[in-house]
Amino acid sequence: MNLAALAVGVLFGLGLAISGMLNPAKVLGFLDIAGPWDPTLAVVMAAGLGVNAIAYRLTMRRASPVLAVAFQVPARRDIDVRLVLGSVLFGVGWALAGICPGPALASLGAGAWEGGGAFEPRILIFVAAMLAGMGLFAFFEQAGSPARR
Amino acid sequence: MHEFTPLTGALGGALIGLAAALLLALNGRIAGISGIVGGLLPPRAGDALWRLLFVLGLALGALLVRLYSGAPLAVPVESSTFTLVLGGLLVGFGTRLGSGCTSGHGICGLARLSPRSLVAVLTFMASAMLTVFALRHALGGGS
Repeated sequence: MNLAALAVGVLFGLGLAISGMLNPAKVLGFLDIAGPWDPTLAVVMAAGLGVNAIAYRLTMRRASPVLAVAFQVPARRDIDVRLVLGSVLFGVGWALAGICPGPALASLGAGAWEGGGAFEPRILIFVAAMLAGMGLFAFFEQAGSPARR
Repeated sequence: MHEFTPLTGALGGALIGLAAALLLALNGRIAGISGIVGGLLPPRAGDALWRLLFVLGLALGALLVRLYSGAPLAVPVESSTFTLVLGGLLVGFGTRLGSGCTSGHGICGLARLSPRSLVAVLTFMASAMLTVFALRHALGGGS
């Protein structure tokens, strides 16, 4: 199960790197609909979604996953404030740097430090801030935030 | 400035979709990066190693492409330190509050026809596009 997670992670990282989504400028080129628009991100999502949607239907015919006891798939269908507010905040942050969680972590292995020739761990700043943001959320959760429902 | 690259985009996207499909079929887990990483904060016994290995794999996969291509991947991080910190904080906090990011809601949730994921994807796409528009066009300056 752990080995499967590693192998699947490698596959995911290959996909991110090949698709060009490790390049923040390319992501921002998609988000900038008023500029010289680059629809590549939409193609990446459509391809990923297409493959996964077909596979999902086949997988769910099974009673359980191959290596684990049970499927752990979210069952909630309600739309709440947290979902929308969280997505708004994520969108703003994504737009600021052109980096979302997958590419941020994959970039750690992609030679992001090679910019400018010298060691330039700029991506580490983003990853550290992202982990801090996640940690902050976990802290508020544990403290019983007022947004809790 | 950046060219439309549909072929590598489709190939990479298909690999991402395959990865998400395999994680569900093998381990029964959703391949949402923010959820996988967020589950490490704090780490729980027996539930941490697979998450760490998945993240290690992400970096390894990118490294393989980097080694094979022989040239640095185009990953210039041009944003200022302030932008990286603010962006990172918002991405980290927002994805946890909103229960997912581009992968969890976009690749996985939409494949399950989840109404929550549809709302999330439409919301973060709109919010990101509006932010880029505001920064690049409405406010006039480059970041």
